[in-house]
Parts: sequence; structure tokens; C-alpha cells
Amino acid sequence: MRQRKTVPGSLPPRERELRQIFLREVEVVPGGDRLSRCLQCGTCSGSCPVSYAMDLSPRAVIALFRAGLIEEILHSRSIWICASCYMCTTRCPQQIKITDLLYALKRVAMEKGLYPDRFPVYLISKNFVRLIGRYGRNHELMLVVRFYLKHKPLELVRLLPLGLAMFRRGRLMLLPKRIRGVAAIRRMIEASEALELPREEAPVQYVPGSVGYRAVGALPERAV
Amino acid sequence: MEYLYFPGCSLEGAGRQYDESLRAVFRALGLGLKELEDWNCCGATIYMSVDEATSLAVSARNLAIAGRDGGRDLVAPCSACYTVLLKTNRFLRESPELREKVDRLLGEAGLAYHLDVRVRHPLDVLVNDVGIQTIASAATRRFDGLRLAPYYGCQIVRPERGFDHSEFPEAMDKLFGALGAEPVYFPVKTRCCGGMLMTTFPEVALDLVRELLVCATENGAECILTTCPMCQVNLEAYQDRVNKKFGTSFAIPVLFFTQLLGLALGCEEKALGLQRNLIPLKLRAAA
Repeated sequence: MRQRKTVPGSLPPRERELRQIFLREVEVVPGGDRLSRCLQCGTCSGSCPVSYAMDLSPRAVIALFRAGLIEEILHSRSIWICASCYMCTTRCPQQIKITDLLYALKRVAMEKGLYPDRFPVYLISKNFVRLIGRYGRNHELMLVVRFYLKHKPLELVRLLPLGLAMFRRGRLMLLPKRIRGVAAIRRMIEASEALELPREEAPVQYVPGSVGYRAVGALPERAV
Repeated sequence: MEYLYFPGCSLEGAGRQYDESLRAVFRALGLGLKELEDWNCCGATIYMSVDEATSLAVSARNLAIAGRDGGRDLVAPCSACYTVLLKTNRFLRESPELREKVDRLLGEAGLAYHLDVRVRHPLDVLVNDVGIQTIASAATRRFDGLRLAPYYGCQIVRPERGFDHSEFPEAMDKLFGALGAEPVYFPVKTRCCGGMLMTTFPEVALDLVRELLVCATENGAECILTTCPMCQVNLEAYQDRVNKKFGTSFAIPVLFFTQLLGLALGCEEKALGLQRNLIPLKLRAAA
């Protein structure tokens, strides 16, 4: 395979920084480098049950990445709409792990605080992680109530009858259970965060294929 | 045969009848099912989108406990738990660097990763370890003529090459077919139910649920069988919302496959948590 040693100097600094974080995130995914094999066939977008609601289809996400427009991807709703059904990953003729790549993009977005405007979905992820750190298990009621309280309080009123129906049938756990090993889990999370630090100096790998992809519209001018 | 059991957070809450019916079915078939000691959340797909290495370590803690307790097969009924634990197992097997890192983190909890733990879905265990014939001959009740839509959802058949086809699985079709039921034509059997989108993007999720309900009812299904607590809640609890939004009148029972299987094996309705379902199943006189 074609190998180059440096990131092309033509990329703007911001793009380079975001790409660097993304590549670091993809490193963890076995087979994550298959991104470069994309044929732009569109099987992913055609198979995706929610692509109709995305502003960028999965195929466009890959195209934009290659075109050096990663920030545009991070500002799109697409990465947050993916429901992780893995249909694209299963059908991709090039075995690209599209779902896992979208996860990696979400992680970049969370790290850099880049979200589409008025778009709170990422908060549910943060709350979820907080619950695991506190109790060791997820608590459905807390997760959902916290999310709605912050963003759509009225929705809670609408959901009340359903909540009551579930409660009457013993399907609503009111209080979270704390597992015995929660302190150990916290130590693991802390140790993991400490391990993350030196990765900032990790060598940057060049992902082949960042040849301007014309079909996505006007690209910013850059020296070749 | 003794299995270790990873219930998962949902089976303590909204999916409680899945936990009850699974235990009842395993008991009825004489299979051992021992709950994993002090298990923690698998991390679901959400943790994966925050921090991959940490989420793998959190999920691997369960595999490490299973290995420590000498378990070979860890049964995970929730589709998200199943797919996340399976994925963790594969990532750690494929990447020695990742394994080393996760092992260091597990060391903080006094644990170590074991390579020989297998993650299994109960449907896989029942169909492939026990066998459809054995189950059919143990059944005390048949469901002759019951038309059902076996819904597998996404994550027990994808992304890993698992125990069944990733788009047209047949394990449930065959299992309940052997008990006399008639699986209807249900081409959307592995289409997405929307998952967490029901909270974050209800408009999109309601659309997906409607498509599944339309396909099941128009093909004459009297009930839908699921293998996942998320699918069950989306398909059952949100039928009202779908009806309101689209002017439909769906009222189709959505059961965990273990609930119907338990009935066939002569378990009591209460032991299967049937009273917990929002839309009750009305079976014709038992044959």
C-alpha cells in the first residue's frame, strides 16, 4: 500500500488538529484504517434506516473526511442520529467499519466540544458515563429524567402515564443499585484517563485518500 | 450444563419479565444459570462513543469476573450487552496492545482478562446447545396456528458473524415453528427499532417503529417476539404514541421470546412475568 510519512502541509492547522485526534481514536479500532478503501458506492447510505433524517449521509461523511472537511462532519447531526444498527458495516463491500468510525467521530466531537447548534444529544452520553462511575450500572429512570429535565421538561408530563403504567407493572426501578465493585471501577476509569495523556505526542499516520473529492462542492483553496 | 448469567441493567427495570422468563425457561430445561457476581454495566453503545479504551475496560471487568469464576459461557440476553461484550472480547483477542492496556486497568480492580470466556445469547444457547428437537419434545403445550412475527433486532446478528444470518436469521422462526406456531412473512426482522433515538430523536424512532408494526400486522401476525429489552419497550410502550402520530390503531402484544417459550414448557404465567406486559397476549384455547 502507498505510504507517506507526513500530513500534507496543505491542510489548515485546525483540520490537521482534528484529523490527528480522529486518527488517534481510530487506532483503537481493529481494521479502522480500511476507511481508505471506500469506493463511494453508497451501499451504506442506502442500507441505513435513518439516513433519510441525516444532513450528511454516511457516504458523504467519508467523502468529506477525504476532502479534508472534518469540522463540517462534526457540526452535522448525522453522527448523533446513528442508532448503531450496524447494517452499513455488515453490507460494506470494502469491510469498512462505518459504525465504529462514526463512534470515533463522536469521540472527537465530545473531546473538542463541537456539536451542531442547540443539539443536546451528547449530554445523554455524558450522563450515562457519570451514572456508571457512580453506581457501576445504568439507571433508566435517572438517565431519561435528567435528559428531559434539561432539554424538554414538558415531555416528562407527556411521558407520565407511560411511566406510571410501567411502575404499576414493576418495570420501573425507582432507586439505582450500587454494586460493590464501584470503587474498583472508578480506579480503572482514573487509571485509564492517566494512560490517555501521553498519546498527545503519538506519531500522526497519514490516511491515504485525501485527494480533493470534487463532488462535495467548492473546496477551500489550498496549495498542492 | 452450567452457564454464567449477565442480566444487564435493563433486565432489572423495564425488561424485568425477560429476566424472569429466561430463568424459568432455563430451569424448566434443567440448565444451570448462575448470575455473574457483582456484574457492572456493559457500557452499551453509549460509553463507546465517549471513550473507547475505558469502555472496553469497564466491559472487560465482567469477562474477567466470568473467567475468574471458571465460567466458559457467559449468557447475555440484552442485545446491546451481547454485542458490546462480544466486541470487547474480539478487540482484546485481536489486539495484544489493547489487551495489555486493558489488563493493566483490570489490575486496578484486582482482576485479569481471560481469553477463554465465550459470550453467548440465550437464543443461541437454546437452539444450538439444547436443540430445537429436545425443546419441542419437552414442550407440554403447542401453539398450533399462532401467527407470530419473530423480530431479532439489529445487535444480536450484527456486526459480528454470530450464530445466525446477519439479515435473515431463522433461529426463532424454526424454534417456534417446531412448536406449531406460524412465523409470518416478516422481512424487516433485523431492521432497527430506533434504540435510544426514542429519547433523543422521537420523530425518527416513531417512524421506524411504525414500519415494523405495519409489516407485522399487515402480514397477519398476532404477536411480535423480541430478543432485546430495548426493542420490546420501543415496540410495546410506544404503540400509543405511534397511533396518535399516524392515526393508526395498533394493539399488538410484544413478548420476549422466552415468555412464549416458557408457556410451551409449562411454566406459570406469573413466573414468566406475563402480567408485566402492557398489551396482554390472548391465546386461543390451549391445544
